[in-house]
Amino acid sequence: MTTPMIPRTPGERFRWGAVDAWVLTHRTLTTWTRQPAQIIAGLLYPIVSVLLFGFVFGSAMSVAGGGDYREFLLPGMFGQAMIFGIGATMTAISTDKARGITNRFRSMPMSRSGVVLGRSLADVLNSMIDLVVLMTCGLIVGWRWHNGFGDVLVAVVLLLLLRFAAIWVGIYIGLLLPSPEAGAAIWGLLFPITMIANTFVSPELMPGWLGTIAEWNPLSATVGAIRGLFGNPGLQGTSFAAQHSMLLAVLWPLALLAIFVPLSVRRYRRLSQ
Amino acid sequence: MTDAVSAQGLHKRYGETKALDGFSLDVPAGTVCGLLGPNGAGKTTAVKALTTLIRFDAGTATVAGFDVATQAAEVRYRIGLNSQEPALDEVLTGRDNLVMFGRLYHLGLRNARRRAAELLDRFDLAAAADKPLRTYSGGMRRRLDLAASLIMAPAVLFLDEPTTGLDPRNRNEVWLALRELVRNGTTLVLTTQYLDEADQLADRIAVIDSGRVIAAGTPEQLKSQVAGDHIEVVLRSGQDLAKAVELVARAALGVPAVDQDTRSITCAVSDRVAALTETVVVLADAGIDVEDIHLRRPTLDEVFLRLTGHKAVAA
Repeated sequence: MTTPMIPRTPGERFRWGAVDAWVLTHRTLTTWTRQPAQIIAGLLYPIVSVLLFGFVFGSAMSVAGGGDYREFLLPGMFGQAMIFGIGATMTAISTDKARGITNRFRSMPMSRSGVVLGRSLADVLNSMIDLVVLMTCGLIVGWRWHNGFGDVLVAVVLLLLLRFAAIWVGIYIGLLLPSPEAGAAIWGLLFPITMIANTFVSPELMPGWLGTIAEWNPLSATVGAIRGLFGNPGLQGTSFAAQHSMLLAVLWPLALLAIFVPLSVRRYRRLSQ
Repeated sequence: MTDAVSAQGLHKRYGETKALDGFSLDVPAGTVCGLLGPNGAGKTTAVKALTTLIRFDAGTATVAGFDVATQAAEVRYRIGLNSQEPALDEVLTGRDNLVMFGRLYHLGLRNARRRAAELLDRFDLAAAADKPLRTYSGGMRRRLDLAASLIMAPAVLFLDEPTTGLDPRNRNEVWLALRELVRNGTTLVLTTQYLDEADQLADRIAVIDSGRVIAAGTPEQLKSQVAGDHIEVVLRSGQDLAKAVELVARAALGVPAVDQDTRSITCAVSDRVAALTETVVVLADAGIDVEDIHLRRPTLDEVFLRLTGHKAVAA
């Protein structure tokens, strides 16, 4: 019989949690290398949608206030990719739950925060790769940033902040789902959530009530803010939400975290009932 | 000898259902305890409660010397758990899975790799080690799942129906692995619906029904305690049956059951040798031609039926 080295001091516990987090991040990275087909499909989606929205739909689109549609479109697609992260996290969480891996982890001497941190690190890394691919596609089709590189970094941080909030929404939904297959309905919902926003069409061009919803969509705040940072067109909105997108791009993710972190923790605790 | 597992009066309710209703169990260290019971008897709930996965409403339990409710973390350092379904990452290879769990036990990468290789060899999975798990058969998954629980050779290993759904060959492989583990000092608590599995592996069996242990002991103790021995007499001719039943009833001091078709009489006995001698003598004196006469212990199936009032179901 052998017992693991049991961490006793706060320092050892911290190291233990950090190792747990890294091992679980590494697990996700390994699953990517084991499923190259899925990675290629994952990378193909942004490429196809940049082409589809940029050229097929884009040919008939005009930007409120003028400007190149693809310059307008790309920040929207960056934001959409972050919200789609809800689906990715949700699927990973509910798959682990359904396969009993969550229970195995819970029966092991693992640091609880390490489990969550591992998930978050992997998902944020995944989103960074998504962003790099999307930005590269964007640069190829004519999207540019017009301000300094510092502003680009701020924009990326805002996007990843939204993604981090999406992780917790995904954890909560993933714990709620009876099976990973049940997540299909949620994926279906993510599309309208990312479309009823300023992502693809300016809210000013939508019917009044829909435009209002779109302007207050948390995604619109991030997209509006990064359009400003990149110097891309589409910032003609006159509502409070459109005028204060920078502020809201910080507040909305924080609000989502304030709601979904406690909900997820409570849901996780309920596993032991 | 100290108890590796000790549970006193565990209660767990789910709404109106009492999943555990005064569940008590003591498992001496280094032994194998079989939890035997039908579907829904509370076996899985008991395992989940003892492995810190669910909180129980009342009662106390210690595992490996630590309180399950208040020292859950200490318990988790010393147990392994195999759930009914293998809990593994389907995308990763067998080796990836074992290395990952080894690192989560903080063996470090080098030791985790070495341990994974040892276990893959031991469970005859070396050839498939670098294939993704979704290409594994049910038996291979079970073995890998078991290997994952043995990375640390835990003090107490809980197995929830370790061989359900396996073919006999795979089942034997799992049994072999478990016996070796016990030789190395691990205490096993396993749930099963298979009476022969409990008979094969367990030093002691606890029969569970409606969330509590309704009988416990060695397989032999249970057999004699519950149903006692039986004498079985088979006659050459059916014509002697009525008279023979009367004689057997008097000789064996019981109420015999008769099977006309096989011309056999079965009767529970309390004193094995006396009943056998007496029956042989009275039947010979009456000139009844006996084809066969023997004593037999009840099967665990009969024990189970007597205790729970229903048959064990194989899911």
